[in-house]
Amino acid sequence: MNIWIAIALTAVGCYVVKLVGLLVPAGALERPLVQRLAALLPAALLAALTAQQTFSMNGALVLDARAAGLGAAALALVLRAPFLVVVGAAVVVTAGIRAIGG
Amino acid sequence: MRDALGVGIAVGLSGFAFGVTSAGAGLSILQTCALSLLVFTGASQFALVGALAAGGNPFTAAAGAFFLGTRNAFYGLRLSQLLAVPRVMRPLAAHFVIDETTAVSLAQPTRRAARIGFTVTGLTLYVLWNLTTLLGALGAEAIGDTAAWGLDAAGPAVFLALLAPMLRTTTERIVAALAVVLGLGFLPVLPAGVPVLMAALAAPAVLWLQGRRTAGAEDKTAMTGDERTGR
Repeated sequence: MNIWIAIALTAVGCYVVKLVGLLVPAGALERPLVQRLAALLPAALLAALTAQQTFSMNGALVLDARAAGLGAAALALVLRAPFLVVVGAAVVVTAGIRAIGG
Repeated sequence: MRDALGVGIAVGLSGFAFGVTSAGAGLSILQTCALSLLVFTGASQFALVGALAAGGNPFTAAAGAFFLGTRNAFYGLRLSQLLAVPRVMRPLAAHFVIDETTAVSLAQPTRRAARIGFTVTGLTLYVLWNLTTLLGALGAEAIGDTAAWGLDAAGPAVFLALLAPMLRTTTERIVAALAVVLGLGFLPVLPAGVPVLMAALAAPAVLWLQGRRTAGAEDKTAMTGDERTGR
């Protein structure tokens, strides 16, 4: 039930912010400070989510095979690899290290 | 055309990764597909299932996903001027206001081309995203233990790939670094889902500090009484 509540809240919330952009008169959201905040907010959230989903397990900080997988993804990004290769590298390296008992 | 193909393949793959991640996080196939059908903004969906998997309560989990989705409001603002969407069509068009449709529309030379680009990209990606989500969720059930296949690393890798192009300026890098410190630092002490919201504060905090620094510098150098200061 909790999952359905979360799904409903997210669906409504995400739809409303999409619609707001189309409905509000131009200028309301065009203040430079608001624009800059809107550009930086996703960067902050994505950075925190990346770190958390790599270095945590059940609310505790851990270092496991996923860290190596993310390292591989980062290397692929630096080498300007396409999206598929970036995600594939993370999955393959993580699975590989687990297979050899890491 | 090649761009469209590239965008399609990337979105299809993220859809598959999302289906697998969501099933691995303990959501049913129906719940996974409902997210892709109703939310249709990838990063928010990944964030939500990640927070639920970590044991977050539905409200903090949804709040993180919501804040990640707020960027779509700013896309909508640019698109409403560019496309001049008729009033009755806006509730329908809103569902397609995402990163990819915005990028394609903004790249078109005329309003007509932008409208076609928006509609075609939106419809194609919607179908593709939902089909691949279903395939991913079904695939995860067939695979069984998703962690043994390293698939729990797919979510963070998708986030990192989305984050990378946002780290061009020093400000963006400082915000991201601070968010990582806050997100990990608060993780052991606050309930699941809340640390991400604390990390989001990195954005206004850095902007505020920057504003103070530039305001201070302007006070010393230019005594013009410029009205724009601090606005």
